[in-house]
Amino acid sequence: MNTTIMLFLVQDGITNGAIYALLGLALVLVFAVTRVILIPQGEFVTYGALTYASLAAGQMPGTAKLALALGIGAFAFDLFVARKALHGRLILRSAITNIALPAIVLALTVYFTAQKPPVVVSIALSLVIVAMIGLYLYRVAFQPLAHTSVLVLLIASVGVHLALQGLGLLFFGAEGQRGPAVLSGAFTAGSLRFTGQSLTVYGITIAFIVGLWLFFGLTLYGKALRATAVNRLGARLVGIRTTLSGQIAFLLASVIGALSGIMIVPITTLYYDSGFLIGLKGFVAAIIGGLVSYPLTAVAALVVGLVEAFSSFYASNYKEVIVFMLLIPVLLLRSLAAPAVEEDKD
Amino acid sequence: MQSRLPILVFALVMAAIPFVPGMPPFWIVLLDNVGLAALVAMGLVLLTGVGGLTSFGQAAFVGFGAYTTAVLSTAYGLSPWLTLPLSLVVSGSLAVLLGLITVRLSGHYLPLGTLAWGLGLFYLFSKLEFLGRNDGISAIPPLSIGTFKMLSPGSIYYAIWVAVIVSALLTMNLLDSRTGRAIRALRRGHVAAEAFGVHTPRAKLLVFIHAAVLAGLSGWLYAHLQRAVNPTPFGAQAGIEYLFIAVVGGAGYVWGGVLGAAIVVVLKEVLQSYLPLILPGSGQVETIVFGIMLVALLQLAPGGLWPWLMSFLPERTSGRKPDTSLKLEQRTRSAGQSSILLQVDKARKQFGGVVAVNNVSFDVQTREIVALIGPNGAGKSTTFNLITGVLSASSGSVSVLGRKVDKAPPQEIVKLGISRTFQHVKLVPDMTVLENVAIGAHLRGHSGPIASMLRLDRADEAKLLAEAARQIERVGLTEQMHQFAGSLSLGQQRIVEIARALCVDPMLLLLDEPAAGLRHMEKQQLAKLLRDLRDGGMSVLLVEHDMGFVMNLADRIVVLDFGTKIAEGTPATIKTNPEVIKAYLGVAA
Repeated sequence: MNTTIMLFLVQDGITNGAIYALLGLALVLVFAVTRVILIPQGEFVTYGALTYASLAAGQMPGTAKLALALGIGAFAFDLFVARKALHGRLILRSAITNIALPAIVLALTVYFTAQKPPVVVSIALSLVIVAMIGLYLYRVAFQPLAHTSVLVLLIASVGVHLALQGLGLLFFGAEGQRGPAVLSGAFTAGSLRFTGQSLTVYGITIAFIVGLWLFFGLTLYGKALRATAVNRLGARLVGIRTTLSGQIAFLLASVIGALSGIMIVPITTLYYDSGFLIGLKGFVAAIIGGLVSYPLTAVAALVVGLVEAFSSFYASNYKEVIVFMLLIPVLLLRSLAAPAVEEDKD
Repeated sequence: MQSRLPILVFALVMAAIPFVPGMPPFWIVLLDNVGLAALVAMGLVLLTGVGGLTSFGQAAFVGFGAYTTAVLSTAYGLSPWLTLPLSLVVSGSLAVLLGLITVRLSGHYLPLGTLAWGLGLFYLFSKLEFLGRNDGISAIPPLSIGTFKMLSPGSIYYAIWVAVIVSALLTMNLLDSRTGRAIRALRRGHVAAEAFGVHTPRAKLLVFIHAAVLAGLSGWLYAHLQRAVNPTPFGAQAGIEYLFIAVVGGAGYVWGGVLGAAIVVVLKEVLQSYLPLILPGSGQVETIVFGIMLVALLQLAPGGLWPWLMSFLPERTSGRKPDTSLKLEQRTRSAGQSSILLQVDKARKQFGGVVAVNNVSFDVQTREIVALIGPNGAGKSTTFNLITGVLSASSGSVSVLGRKVDKAPPQEIVKLGISRTFQHVKLVPDMTVLENVAIGAHLRGHSGPIASMLRLDRADEAKLLAEAARQIERVGLTEQMHQFAGSLSLGQQRIVEIARALCVDPMLLLLDEPAAGLRHMEKQQLAKLLRDLRDGGMSVLLVEHDMGFVMNLADRIVVLDFGTKIAEGTPATIKTNPEVIKAYLGVAA
C-alpha cells in the first residue's frame, strides 16, 4: 500500500465516520431522553435521502403522504387522550400541528415536484417531511408506551422499523437512487481530491456536534431534556413536560437522520433498506460511547469509519464482520472497568 | 408446583392434530415452524423475561446448531443422532465464550452487544468457505429411526414437538428450584442475591447457556426439517424476531414463548397469503401491517399475551405448606481463633473526597445485641456494606472470629455465618414469600441445575422449603407464605427479609432499620423475636432510628455522627451522653 491509497482510505473513512457520528449522536440523544433504542434511525436516513433524490428527479415522494397520515393518527391520539376534557383551543392546536402543517407541506411538495425544484428547496422539503414523520411517530407509537420497560420500547422500535422499511419499498421501489450533489465542485490538495460534497459532510457534522453541545449546555430546553434523561419523575415534578422532551428528541433525531441521508445519497446509491445497516454502524459508535457521551461517540464513529474503510481494502469480504466484532474488545474493556453498581430496573 | 394436567392435555392435543381427518399438510408445516420458534423463544423467556438479560443474538446460536449438523452430516457422513449432542455442545460452548464477554455487561450494553456479535456471526456464516458461503449447505440427510426416514413435515412434527414439550418441562423444573430462585432474583439486581451466596455472574452465564442450547436444538431440528441451511434465517432480523416472539407471548412465562411463537408465525403466514388479495400491489405490505400490529399489540398489552389470557382464569389457590418436619442440617461453624465475633478496626471508607466512615472501631461479642445509631448520613449503612463485603474498606480491617475478611466478596461473608437485611427492601416482588425466604437458604442446598431440571433435587428442595417455612412461622408470617412478596406492606416485607436472613442459620444477624414501617405491636413482637434469637446464641447488630425500640432492646449502643464514632456504651450511659444529645438535637443539653 502506498501513501496515496492510505490517504484515500483515511478520507473515505472520515467521511463515513462523520455520518456514523451524526447517527450515533441522534441515537444517544433519543435513548437518553426516551429510553427508546431507535432502530428506525436508519429509516430516517433512507427516507431523507430518497425523498431528496425523488424530488430532484421530479418524482412525487410517498413520504409526504405518510407524514399527513401519521399526523392524522397523532391528532386522533391527542383527541382520544384528552377525551374527558376536550376544549376548542386544544383541538385547534392539535389540528394545526398535526393536520394543517403536513397538509401544507404535501401541497408544496406536489407543487414543486411538477417543476423540478432547485436543490435547496428539495433539501428543505425532505427535511421538513422527515422531521414531521419523526415527530408524529413518537406521538403515535412511543408516547403511549413511555412508561414501559426498555425491552418493550425496543420491540416497539423494531415494529416501527419493519413498518417503515416496508413503506419505504412501497414509496421508492426496489431500485437504488442517487441524488445530485449538495455542493458541486472540487479541489485537489497534493494527491487528494476534496469534493464539495465531502466538505459539506465534515462541515455539517462539526456544526451539529457543536450545536448539540451548545443546545444541551446553554438552552433551557436542552437542560430540560437532560433532566428528563436523568429522572423522568423528577423532571415532571419540577414542571418539565416529558412528552415535549420526547418530541424534541425525536424531532432532532429525524432531522439528523434525514440530513445524513441527503449528504450521502450523492456519494453512494441508497436502497429502501440500506438505512438499517448504516444506522447499526451508528449504533456501534454509540455503544462505544456508552450511550451517554457525545464526544466519545463522535470519536468512536470516526474509528468505525476508518476500520470499515481499511477492512474493505484488505479483507472486503469480512468488512461487516470486522466492524461489528470491533465491539467485542470495547465491551470487554467496559465490563472489566464497570463498577458494581446496583441497578433498579422495571 | 402447578399441576401437570394442562401440559398433559396439551401434549395429547398436539399428538392428535396430525390424525385429524382433512388436516391440510400446510398447517403441519406451520406447526413445525411454530415449534422451532418456540424452542428459541423459551430460551429467551428464561434469559430475558426471567433473568433480565436481553439478547438479540439467539439466531446465531440457531445457526451454530444448524451448521454443526449440516457440516458433520454432509461432509463427514455422521448420523444426525450423533450430531445432536455435538450441535448442542457447539452452541453451548460458544455461549460460554460469548457469555463470558457479554453477560457481565449491564443494562442496555447487553442487548446492543448481542446485536453486534449476532450481526458479526451472520456475516461470518455467509463468508466462510466450509459453510458454503451465501449458498449454504444442501442435501442434509433426514432424521431416521431404523429404516423410517422423517422426510415429510408430518413425520418430523413429532420430533419437534417432543423437543418443545420436554424442553418446556425441563425449563419449568429449573425455574422451580434452588438454582431457579437464584435466576429469578437476577432481574432485581445482584446485591441481594449475592448477600445470600448466589454467584450472580455464574447464574447469568447458566441461563445464557441454557438459552443457547435450546436455540442450538432448534437449529439442529431446522437443518433436518429443511435439509438445507443458508445464512438468511440466522441474521439480525431473525434474532430480533425471536425476541419479539418472546415479548408478544409474555416474556416472563415459559408457555408465553410457545404462545408468542404460534401468534407470530401464524400471523405472518396469514398476512403473507391473504393480504395481497385485499391490498394488491408491490410486496412487503405484510411487513408494514405486521410492524403496525406489533406496536398496537404492545400498546394494548405491554406485558405480553400469556399473562393477559391467564388473568381471565379463576385464580388458583396456590401452594401447599411445606412439610416442616424435615430438618436441614445446621451449618458447620468454623472454629474461630478469637472469642470476639465481629471486630471492626479503624474501618474507613472514602467516596472521592467524602469520608463516609472515618476510622470506626467497635466489636460484637457472642450472644449480644448491639445497636448502631446516629443521625441520617452518619455512615451506618456504609458500615454495614463494609462488614458484608458489598463495599471494600479504603483502610482498616474487619475480622470475624479473629480472621480478617476485608477483601472477601459478599458470598464469602455469608458463608461465615453473617447475614443481613437491607434498608431499602430487596425482595423479588413476583415471587412468593416462601420462595423469597428460601433464597436465604441457598448455600445450605446442594442441587445443581441439571439435577433440578431432572427433578433429582426434590429431597434437597423439600428440606430448603421446610427451613424457609419454619423461619416464616418464626417471624409470624405463616398466613402470607404463598402471597407474592410485592403484595405485602412495607413493614411485612422487612420481616420477610429477616426470615430470609435467618435461613442462612447465621451467627450474626445484621438488620438495617428493621422496625421502620412497623406498628407498635409489631415492634414489640420483633423485639421479643430478637431477644429470643440472642438467648438462643445468636448476635444481632442493628441500625435503627426508633430510640424507644433501641433503648429497650440493645445490650450496647455505638453512636456514629458524620462517619465518626462519638460514643459507645450501654443504653443508660448513651441516653445521658452530652455528645450524643448534641448530635441529635444540635445543642449541648
